[in-house]
Amino acid sequence: MVKLEEHKHLTENKPIEKAELPSKVFIPLLQHLGKPLDLIKVKAGDDVKRGTLLATSDKGLFAPVHASISGKVTTIADYPHPVSGFARAIAIEGDGKDEACPDMAPRSEEEAAALTADALKKIIFEAGIVGLGGATFPTHIKLSPSKPIEDFILNGAECEPYLTCDYRLMVERADEIIKGMKLVTNILKPRSCYIAIEDNKPEAIKLMQERARMFNWEVVVLATAYPQGGEKQVIKSCIGTEVPSGKLPFDIGVVVHNVATVYAIYEAVYLKKPLYERAVTVSGSCLANPKNLLARIGTPVKDLIGQCGPLVKEPKKIIMGGPMMGIAQYTMDGPVIKGTSGIILLDEIQEREQEETFCVRCGECVQNCPMGLNPGLIALAISKDKLELAEEYGIMDCIECGLCAYLCPSRRNIVQAIKAAKLRIRDAKK
Amino acid sequence: MDNKFFVSSSPHIAKKEDVSIVMWTVNLALAPAGIIGIYIFGLHSLLLVAASTIAAVLTEAFMQNARRQKVTVSDGSAFMTGLLLAYNLPPNCPLWIGVIGSFFAIAIAKQAFGGLGRNIFNPALASRAFLLAAWPKHMTVFAKPFAYGVDAVTQATPLSLLKEGKASGLVDMGLSYWDLFIGNRGGSLGEVCILALLLGGLYLLYKRIITWHTPLSFILTVGIFTWAFGSKQGFFQGDFLFHILSGGLMLGAIFMATDYVTSPITKNGQVIFGVCCGLLTGIIRIWGGYPEGVCYSILIMNSVVPLIDRFVKPRRYGIVKVREEGKS
Repeated sequence: MVKLEEHKHLTENKPIEKAELPSKVFIPLLQHLGKPLDLIKVKAGDDVKRGTLLATSDKGLFAPVHASISGKVTTIADYPHPVSGFARAIAIEGDGKDEACPDMAPRSEEEAAALTADALKKIIFEAGIVGLGGATFPTHIKLSPSKPIEDFILNGAECEPYLTCDYRLMVERADEIIKGMKLVTNILKPRSCYIAIEDNKPEAIKLMQERARMFNWEVVVLATAYPQGGEKQVIKSCIGTEVPSGKLPFDIGVVVHNVATVYAIYEAVYLKKPLYERAVTVSGSCLANPKNLLARIGTPVKDLIGQCGPLVKEPKKIIMGGPMMGIAQYTMDGPVIKGTSGIILLDEIQEREQEETFCVRCGECVQNCPMGLNPGLIALAISKDKLELAEEYGIMDCIECGLCAYLCPSRRNIVQAIKAAKLRIRDAKK
Repeated sequence: MDNKFFVSSSPHIAKKEDVSIVMWTVNLALAPAGIIGIYIFGLHSLLLVAASTIAAVLTEAFMQNARRQKVTVSDGSAFMTGLLLAYNLPPNCPLWIGVIGSFFAIAIAKQAFGGLGRNIFNPALASRAFLLAAWPKHMTVFAKPFAYGVDAVTQATPLSLLKEGKASGLVDMGLSYWDLFIGNRGGSLGEVCILALLLGGLYLLYKRIITWHTPLSFILTVGIFTWAFGSKQGFFQGDFLFHILSGGLMLGAIFMATDYVTSPITKNGQVIFGVCCGLLTGIIRIWGGYPEGVCYSILIMNSVVPLIDRFVKPRRYGIVKVREEGKS
């Protein structure tokens, strides 16, 4: 693991600000890990309110999507998608009134406390909550383990450079996050609970410690290093156990949720609010006013960038997510989706895009790989088209954190080659 | 604003240090030892350094051109090979030795294997071994320190005096540890001043270009080995400080055994590499036919690196420890 240049100072002291109400939103049918939603509940011309169910499914892994503004459905067509490039989305023309769905009425403490685990899971499922750290795995599935859970970990590490939205949530909505966490423990009934935070967030650590004490939850302070917030790394830091190769945290009785996810659980249960908005860090040296914005799902990226401007430098690269694992955007028209934790504008095309040279065997990738792999050797096996050898070297354990390519003095595209090869290996096994 | 953005797979940022920054930092760290060497041995050694480095850079450019590859002499690696070779030559040897040595180092030991990153042996050391076999006379006559401009004044190195039985210790040689430490002795151009080499090594440690693993294990092993076996009077009576401060040990341990390309990739592997280099150096110095063994021990260990890397691997996450069922 490596301490990276953080760039968090750009936004870490900026409170989460409500983004301007978008005049038009594009809600993609694919915002979760799985297949696009196939049961579309609205058609062009329908009036919708904020929180209206737009689409769902009845099979496989999925999470429903909801309208994020009130207005009229204009089209259901292909539209730029931040992850897959182009995908089906429901476009809504706003009426400017931002009317909420009538069934969004707050629950009292007593009502919330009386909910059974199954009722809670149903609420979370209906609210369309997915893992908001970026993986977008449907949360209700993660809350339905087949085995008893021993440890629950709230992941507030936020180890990606630039991103501060989780940190702001912990500072500004500490009580809500704790309430959300209590709901999660009501479902999972774990023996121990941990809150993992990197030591570059002392304010959040203090607030969480004050509140976690009464529940006997442990705040685990992690050394600031990338990728400390990776699920497997957080588990090892908190309980000292490793997730065996090829297994899931479930298998060793551990569940990890990101703070933004737990906050969304709080909102879904206490406010009956489906997941139609989230905190997004809009940052980068190109922006005069980088901010943490509470943005409606479906808001075009350019709207948010406009609210953080003016542009002081020409952006060369726009990234959704953090700079280590985020996705480069080809357009500013793509919408914010549930997994969007940040929008980062980089002004210089990094030297990464320079020509690769031979590996000089400096060993940086080997010594710093959080999974203990030899990334350079795996990439070499891939370049010789020996995928079985790459598998033997542990390619499928790679968490794709990108540290190897970041560190490489020969500018080799190590993790890029690994990601492509993993897809090929998975396809071959189907 | 035009709507054109650069799209590529993550990560989107990279560390500043690329290969050329690393190489030029090492060249900088090598500078003090060379400057002191030139101060001790005079103008001819400056010319030797210039001839070796220029020949190395030109050979690299020529070979890369001939192989229809991008010419990358500005990355500083060929310069470093020329510099290291010059540091390994007797300061008074003819300039053409440096030129031929650099040509051999770059053309045969490096480019013939595929260029930077592909060579098995440290190019400068491979070339030194070649020169020693080809022109032993020129390679074993060392100038006397501070005898500027007088070609004839030569002096055996402390290690060869010891090997030939002409002296049994520092006192016989008329030297002190301090002389060895600051470089007031016969020897190769860049190896004599231990102080300057240590300064360069500390700078590389500070810059995190090398770690302590290889140099420390190498030097410590030579120290312990020569302490144990270095005296005819019995075990553990050897003058280990003399062995550590003489010959090319410091230059080799700090700057050549740490060469990325030709040393193991893991820290544990580097310790094994350093210890084995140290053992071989001790064996050659005490029982071998040559007075000095640093060059050959590193070359021998270079050839073992793939084997070390095959067996010494980092511990993989999630492979060993498994939480047992029902553990509370």
